[in-house]
Amino acid sequence: MKKPPPVRRLTGNEGYAPRAFVAPAPPPRALGAADANGNGHRPSPAFAAPSSRAARGAAMAIDRMQVEELSVTYGSKPAVKSVSLPIRQGEVLALIGPSGCGKTTLLRSLNRLTELTRGASASGRITLDGVDIATMEPTALRRRVTMVFQQPNPFPMSVFDNVAYVLREQASRRPRRAAVRGAVRDALARAGLLDEVADNLDHPALRLSGGQQQRLCIARALAADPEVLLLDEPCSALDPQSTRLIEELIIKLREDVAIVIVTHNLQQAYRIADCVAFMYLGELVEYGSAHKMFGSPREKRTRDYVGGAFG
Amino acid sequence: MSTTAASPVRRPNSSSVSWRLSDRLGLGLAWVLGLLFCAIAAAIVIYFLVEGIRYLRPNLLVTNPAAASSESQTGGFLDPLLGTVILGTMAMAIAVPVGVGIAVWLSEFGRPTGLARVAESAVEMLAGEPSVVLALFGAILFTVPALGFLSQTTHGVVLGQSFFAAAALLSLVGLPLVVASTREGLQAIPSHVREASYAVGKTKIATTRRVLLPAARPSMLTGTMLGLGRVISDTAIVLLLLGGTLTFQAANSTPVLGLLRGTGDTLTGYIYYNAPTGDGNQPSKAYAAAFVLMLFVLALNLGVDVVLGRSRTAVTWK
Repeated sequence: MKKPPPVRRLTGNEGYAPRAFVAPAPPPRALGAADANGNGHRPSPAFAAPSSRAARGAAMAIDRMQVEELSVTYGSKPAVKSVSLPIRQGEVLALIGPSGCGKTTLLRSLNRLTELTRGASASGRITLDGVDIATMEPTALRRRVTMVFQQPNPFPMSVFDNVAYVLREQASRRPRRAAVRGAVRDALARAGLLDEVADNLDHPALRLSGGQQQRLCIARALAADPEVLLLDEPCSALDPQSTRLIEELIIKLREDVAIVIVTHNLQQAYRIADCVAFMYLGELVEYGSAHKMFGSPREKRTRDYVGGAFG
Repeated sequence: MSTTAASPVRRPNSSSVSWRLSDRLGLGLAWVLGLLFCAIAAAIVIYFLVEGIRYLRPNLLVTNPAAASSESQTGGFLDPLLGTVILGTMAMAIAVPVGVGIAVWLSEFGRPTGLARVAESAVEMLAGEPSVVLALFGAILFTVPALGFLSQTTHGVVLGQSFFAAAALLSLVGLPLVVASTREGLQAIPSHVREASYAVGKTKIATTRRVLLPAARPSMLTGTMLGLGRVISDTAIVLLLLGGTLTFQAANSTPVLGLLRGTGDTLTGYIYYNAPTGDGNQPSKAYAAAFVLMLFVLALNLGVDVVLGRSRTAVTWK
């Protein structure tokens, strides 16, 4: 059983401002409307599940999710083979590997989106704050583990409504615009988009630029006030400038939410990840700190991939 | 030639002179047939345009058909015109919600699989069904005593002819177009857009209502207009189930219900009656009514083009 080694937060190996060694504060619970969504009774995020690591020092991240022996098959084709790894708030986990190696499947398993694929079946266990996600209501889980996709996909409505959509309940009575305005602006601000769209909240979201659309999708994902944010190659359809903005945003956000990002771009993984998991043919080949994975990988396959020998 | 090598966009054999004989014959045939169909369509439109302008008088639109021996005394086609509007509205009021519902079910849910497949072929079959067969079926259905409240009953016999009966069967004429168009619109939405909604904890129903249907609105509108075009062009159902009585014959004096339970006519029925080979044989009236009907249908087709053109230039997902 490969239990991943404890991971230490890193400094100095990335091109951005040095990261502060502070214990992540509990995520802000200012989203008034979000509290009505049945998520208000979740365990206190920071200290409810104290791991031994958290007790050891402020520099450690908090365990949010734990993937244990996860296997996923599509029909008879295995996509993910017995993968175990932790997902922690306070750090960015990058999943890297060649196409078809199962990293997107792993990502989609974390909020049970794989279930929507016909013929997919999974074994193993994934927990969120100690609770097996298989026992949760999928909609409740997906409000706590939200996702951003490769293609920017704002809904065909206004910028405001894209975010408000997430805050509104499924029920027939929808909160008024004024009731969600604060939470919408808050989510847009967290995604670093508010300044650009503050005057145009009623414009169609699909008229924004690609990079703005993607940040709107991040705002949308943050509006549910999740514990974990999943990003599936969020920058692969964007220009370098937009990519830079989103990468900065990801680094800023990791203090509040655990972030898992799938990327094909090794430079990107190097720039933003604290931990890296290298997958190949459905297996987790190696998991470790970004520093170690890019500096001195243990496995030859990791070395070859990181060095550009294949993939 | 250096220019051909330098511009790969240009097709090598853009001139048909160098083509094989069979290809050149095919090209020629395509041109002949294309021009022929254009000529036929243009001939119909121009003929009715000329005849329509010649015979259409404003008072035809505001007077009712009347029995008289001279063509100048037989009135206009106010009631048939209103009949077309009423019947089109009623039929689409049934066809659009049902059609959109079927399209959503087939495209988004598709379960139980067997039933969905059957429903799919049923809708396709409906699209190919001659409307006179539907009308016949309606005539059998609506003369059942239990459905007598939808039409008139005289001497214990259910007449089976009313706006309700005609609209019910005409909705089946419009339905396949609404289903096909809405389905196409839904299927054009990339799957990651649906997943983006699920990925923030939305149910399938919320996703369909708030994201997918608004995105498919241009297709729904297109289907509605195409369906309406078919509905107002239909004659068989109007004659068999609406009675083709030229004017409204209300079932009783109740304001709206009495009218809808009674018989009436539409422009198509009016044209059928007044055609040179029809019972009425008043070609000038038939031409004028045909011109008005044609304007309706052309306006609907234009509307479809506008909607499609606008949605083609609209910003959308990659």
